This record gives sequence, C-alpha cells and structure tokens, in this order.
Amino acid sequence: MAYASGQLPTSDVDHTYTSTGLNHRKLLMWVFLSSDCMFFGALIATYMVYRGQSLIGPYPIDIIDVPITTISTFVLLCSSFAMVQALAATNRNDQKGIQIWLLATAFMGLIFIGFQAYEFNLFLGEGLRIDTNLFGTTFFTLTGFHGAHVTLGIVWLLILFVMGRKGRLGPASALDVELAGLYWHFVDIVWIVIFTLLYLIGGFDAGPTAGLLIEPSLLAFPT
Amino acid sequence: MATATDVIARPASASGLWSWITTVDHKRIGILYGVTAFMFFLLAGVEAGVIRMQLAVPDNTLVSPDVFNQMFTMHATAMIFMAIMPMGAAFFNYIIPLAIGARDVAFPRLNAFSYWTFLFGALLIHTSFVVQQVPDAGWFSYANLTEKPFSTGLGIDFWALGLQVLGVASLAAAFNFVVTIINMRAPGMSLMRMPLFVWMTLITSILLVLAFPVITVGLIELTFDRLFGTNFFNTAGGGDPILWQHLFWVFGHPEVYILILPAMGIVSEVLPTFSKKPLFGYPVVVFSGIVIGIMGWMVWSHHMFTVGLGPVANSVFTITTMLIAVPTGVKIFNWIGTMWGGSIDFKTPMLFALGFIALFIVGGLSGVSHAVSPSDAQQQDTYYIVAHIHYVLFGGSIMGIFSGIYYWFPKMTGRLMNEGLGKLNFWLMFVGMNITFFPMHFLGLNGMPRRIYTYTSDYGWDWLNLLASAGYFVLFAGVAVFLINFIKSVKNGQVSGHDPWDAPGLEWTIASPPPVYNFAKVPQVVGLDHYWLVKRRAEAEGNPITGPEAYVDPETIHMPNTSYWPIVTAFGALVLAAGFLVEFPWPYIKFPIPFIGGIIAFIGVLGWSLEPAAPEAHHGSEAHH
Repeated sequence: MAYASGQLPTSDVDHTYTSTGLNHRKLLMWVFLSSDCMFFGALIATYMVYRGQSLIGPYPIDIIDVPITTISTFVLLCSSFAMVQALAATNRNDQKGIQIWLLATAFMGLIFIGFQAYEFNLFLGEGLRIDTNLFGTTFFTLTGFHGAHVTLGIVWLLILFVMGRKGRLGPASALDVELAGLYWHFVDIVWIVIFTLLYLIGGFDAGPTAGLLIEPSLLAFPT
Repeated sequence: MATATDVIARPASASGLWSWITTVDHKRIGILYGVTAFMFFLLAGVEAGVIRMQLAVPDNTLVSPDVFNQMFTMHATAMIFMAIMPMGAAFFNYIIPLAIGARDVAFPRLNAFSYWTFLFGALLIHTSFVVQQVPDAGWFSYANLTEKPFSTGLGIDFWALGLQVLGVASLAAAFNFVVTIINMRAPGMSLMRMPLFVWMTLITSILLVLAFPVITVGLIELTFDRLFGTNFFNTAGGGDPILWQHLFWVFGHPEVYILILPAMGIVSEVLPTFSKKPLFGYPVVVFSGIVIGIMGWMVWSHHMFTVGLGPVANSVFTITTMLIAVPTGVKIFNWIGTMWGGSIDFKTPMLFALGFIALFIVGGLSGVSHAVSPSDAQQQDTYYIVAHIHYVLFGGSIMGIFSGIYYWFPKMTGRLMNEGLGKLNFWLMFVGMNITFFPMHFLGLNGMPRRIYTYTSDYGWDWLNLLASAGYFVLFAGVAVFLINFIKSVKNGQVSGHDPWDAPGLEWTIASPPPVYNFAKVPQVVGLDHYWLVKRRAEAEGNPITGPEAYVDPETIHMPNTSYWPIVTAFGALVLAAGFLVEFPWPYIKFPIPFIGGIIAFIGVLGWSLEPAAPEAHHGSEAHH
C-alpha cells in the first residue's frame, strides 16, 4: 500500500461507499427479518407443542373452516404479485402503475384482514375465546400477531401510496418500495407456514392428543 | 463531496441538556449508555449487599423474606439487563465506529432510540420500587410461580413489561451494529483484518438479533396469561410450565455469550497491546468466537437437567455443553500464547485482563463440572451455581469491562486514569471477588440452596457465609476506589496524548477525545494491527508518526442532524408497555393506555421517516428518502 512516509494512509472513497456494496437499509431489513423469523418461530413452536393438548372444546375440527381461509390465503399470496408489480412500476417510473399496484397490494391485504376479523368473530360466537383452551390461546396469539404484522404492512403501503400520489416515488427511491416489499413477502411466507400448520394439518384435530405431528414422548414433556 | 450542503452548520448547539437529548453522535450515546449502566451496576451492587448482609449470620432477620426475594430478583435482573449488557453496548457505541474507521454508526437515530428505550425500560422496572410491587420470582421467573394465582400484584408485570422494553432497545442496537460492522468498514479492512473486539461485537449482535425474539415471545405469553387469562403456562388448562423454561433458556443461553463475548473481545485487544505482540493465532480466536456463537444455541437444556427431560436429552446436552468448552479453552490458550515471549507491561488494563483470564478459567472449570448432568443433579440450585455464575459474570464480564474502561478511558477523555489507584482498584476487586464467591463453591457442595432466606447454625455454613459477606466490603471498596479514580482522572488526570499505549487499533490514530467527525479522511486499512504496521514502517523510514490525524474544521464535514424523534418514539414504546399495568373496568377495552403509547410511537416513527434528513449523505449518515 503506497502512502506518504510519516503519514496516515487514507482513502478517497465517496459517501456512497459501503463495504459490501449493499445499501445499509436493505441490509437492516434482512437482519430485522431474520429476527422476526425467530419471533414467529417461537410462536409456531408454542402452537406445535400444545397441538392436540386442549382439555376442553371447541377443538379445531369443530370450527376451523379450511375453504374460507383458503380464499383469504389465495388473496394474500396474490398481493405478493401486486407488490412485485409495484416495485417494477417504480423502477420504470410508471407513476400510474406505482399507485395502482401499491393500492392493489394494500387492498388485498385489507381483504385478508377482513377475513381474519370475520373468522375471529365467528370463533368468538362459537365459544372459542383466547382463554377457553390451549387451542384458543395459541390460535389467537399466533394469528393475531400475524394479523398485526399484515396491518402494519398495510399502513406502510398506504403511506407509500400517498407518497406515490405526490409523485415522490420513482427509480431514485425504488428502495423505499423494495423494503416494504421485502417485509410484505416475508409476512406472506410466514402465513404459508401458519396456514399449513394451523389449517391444513392442525385444522382437523378432534380432541386431546388427536393427530399429533410429533410423537409426545419425543418432546418428553410430562403430559 | 464538495457541495454547498457541506458547509451548512448543524442545527443544534454542541452543549447543554437539549444537545444530549437530541444527540445522534455515537460517542455521546456511548457515554450515556456507560454512565447509566454504571448507575444500575451500583444499584444492583447495593442490592447484593442486602443479600450478603442478610446471609452473614444464621437465623438472621435483617430484612423480611419478601424483601429478600425482591433483592435477589432485582440484583440479577439489573446486573444482567441494565448493567453488563448496556456496558457492553457503551463500548460498542463508542469504540466500534472508531475501530472500523467510520464517522458514525449506520443508523444514528436508531442508535439514539436504542439508548432512550433502554433508559425507559430500566426506569419502568425500577418504578416497581416506587409502587411497592417489586418483582420477586428470580431473574428467570419460572412459570408457574409467575402465574396470577401465585404472584398477585404487579411485580411480575413490571418485570415482564420492563424486559420487553429493554428487549426493543437491545434489538435496535443489535440491528444497528450488525449493519455497521458488515457495511461500514473502512476500505482495506476485510473481515479477517477486523480487530477482535469488532468481531466479538458482530457475533454478540447476531446472537442478540436471533435470541431476543424468543424471550419476547415468552414474555408475551407470560403477560397474556396474567392479563387475559390465556393458558400458556396454566396447568389447569393443560399448559406446561416447562415451555417457559425452554423459551427462557433458548434465549438465556445465547444471552450468557452475549454477556461474555464483548469482554473476550476487550481482553483480546488489551493483551496484545500490553504484551507488545500481535494476538497469537488471530484466525483461530475469530473462529472459536464464531463456533461459540453457533454452539451457544445447542446447549440451553443444561439449565434444565433436573427437570426430567429424559436420559437422551440430558446426554445430548451434556455432550454439546462439554464441546462448547473447547473453543473457549482454545481462546484461553491463545491469550496465554499472546503473552508468551512478549514484553509485558503490567498497567491496570492488563491487570484486569489477566484477572479476567484467571477468574474465567475458574468459572469455566466449575461450568464443565455441571455440564455433566449426573453431577449437576447435585449442584442444581445450590450456591455452587451462584459461585459459577459470579466467576464468569463478575470474574469474566465485569473484569473485562473494567479492563476496557481503563484501556479506552484515555481515548474518551484525553486523560489517563491514575495508575496507583487503578492497581489498588484491581487488587481490591480481585481479592474481594475471590473472598466473596470462592466460599460459595463449598457452601453449594455442602448443600446450601440458592435463594434461601436464612439458615440455622447446625448446617455448618456459618463461617463461610460470614467470610463471603466480609468479601463484599472488599469488593465494595474496590468499586469505590474506581469511582474516586474515575472522577479525579476525568478532571485532573495526566494528559494522555492520542496513543498512550502504542496500540494497534484504528481508534488510536485520531485525537483524544476524538473530534465529532472521528476521521477527517477515511482511513485506508493496510492490514491486521493497522496502526502498528503504519507506525513501524514510519519509524523504519526515519519519519515516525508523533501526533494524531490533524484537526479539520468540523463545519466542513457534514454529520448527521440531531433529532428529537428517537426519544419521542422511545417514550411511545414506554407508554405502550407501561399501559398494560393499568386495567380499566371498561367492557371492551380494558387497556386503553397502550393505544395512546402506540399512537405516540407511530407519530415518532412518522416524524422520523419524514424528517428532512441530511441533504447530502456521507459515511455514517442514514440513507434518506
């Protein structure tokens, strides 16, 4: 390394320099998502440990409606497509496309939340509350925190939509849309796991110890 | 980038209370972290004193059993979450940008948010003393003792909600430091040229990022059980208290490494400097740190050997726990190898680093002894465990942190701490710590349970307990000497110059205390032990480096703007959490206050993201809209 004798070696990189070439905020979002993975991981683990352990009903098979939630799941997954389109529109500076696709993403998220509100209300009516049994406890906590994540995403998308209305989104600010997209896709992927475990697999549990995915003795919890 | 914006002065004044409240300077935030953490260190130390005085003699009734429970709970909670972790954060904040050649962290406002959230969380937990509803279920608050029927009152709620807020602070800081270290190293500083302290900070931050969400979920479940009657740990509803133990220790064991790795990083800086020799086997020390970071996730059930998880689980966790001693041992041999053949200078930081090695070995050996699950069955919940944790956390973490304070004090203040008082401080703490905690090994093996309120004379525990309590005063004197030394040296310490130890790190190339912009020009890193290489080459060329990087007018370097949104957002988070302590007798919304907190936090985040950021970004500023 050549530098003047008796001097400190300096470099002349400009303000855009980062060690990896990645933007700070993008890296931050990935680190945050890894953290959020552990958050949902712990909640899902709690659900799996308590699956089929409810002492009293209603049990999942009594109230879980897989077809209805399949529809809302489909809508949520479609919203990821709209999100991709929103970012593509941002990158090609398609102002109308930015607004349409951002709004479409948020709208599909709202439909999902609407279905969830309907489902929660239905369950409460049928006697499943958060304190009724372990199913109610784990179901409402896990899907509730997921719903909170979706709601936060909708607020974020709507703020971006307002920025888009003011013409403040474009290729120069594509990262703003991309970060919201990363978050949105993550929340969608988590839902795929939740839908599989709580509905497709766990939705038919009939009572205590029924249909366990994991052999209880392997968990070695005193039951 | 010589644009017009470069010469716009920063809006806030550089002094006064308001400048500290709105500061986003990593050095100031580091000082705030350090001073606050030291306050809680002293408070937790006083609580330890109450414990030791109660146990000094048999059949003692100095405090009531209830107060005793509160003391050991708050002592451990404060030491771990409000003293040792934030003291580590203080060093991360102050030193990391300097050590990697950056002007600030990646997200200065997030950094300020992290400090204020930490302060508010710590104050929230300690508000429990004001309302006389102090947490009293131990620092790991095992279910189902923490369920509503067994812990009435608000103590556990204070504990759970306060930790939740502290967790947000830790996560915010950890996100920041992962990004800062990965992305803001000066050109030339490849990963394998990073100083060990930077490496250990990176590993610690990654552990925080992944471990804290798990305790977050555990605390949410606990809070839901208490507030909404859920069944997570409610045995009557089929819930299993063991789940709490799993969630707690899946977090709690990485947490142990979160507490010790920063100290290991500090020691790995101090030993080479005062041995005048590069760290022995640098890549090996780095990789053993990484291995500890990974294996720290595979050992959590060794805290649960007596739960009855079965022989298979106990065997597996015995083996993984014994294995994790290997990379730790490797580090110790590397530290000894570093000193071997070096010309050792026994300055105070070096003494503390040596104390760290000696005491950490003792703690490590007792740790291996309860890695063996049959042996642990004898030691579980006895004073032997108390001895172990204090050898690794006091003998390890605290000794390392004190080494770091003495080492970097000249960088932070431009003055040296007094050597004589420093040596007195070290010996009082070293001797006091051994008098206090070594007898606990024997007490534990003789069957004295931890957390016991008192004991009768016929157990034969009398004189060892009295000895341990006497040791407390020696320790106390050691910390008092430190405080005197610190206060005296800040004002009247000998002026140190920029590089008093002839150290290898980038932080020593600049003035002490560092100018607000840290580096006038972004350094080009020439290798591991950068500054040594630069200085030795300059000397060889007959042109030795005698001073720090020259000052430039700070106005010519654009630094991040101050902001009051971080403290607003942090306050929102506080109200959001604290609001769950107040239940309203309303039909649908029993907890309205958290909504207010949520709105405050939302306004804070909104103001934060819409705040006109620095018009021209630079090293150390957040990218902006």
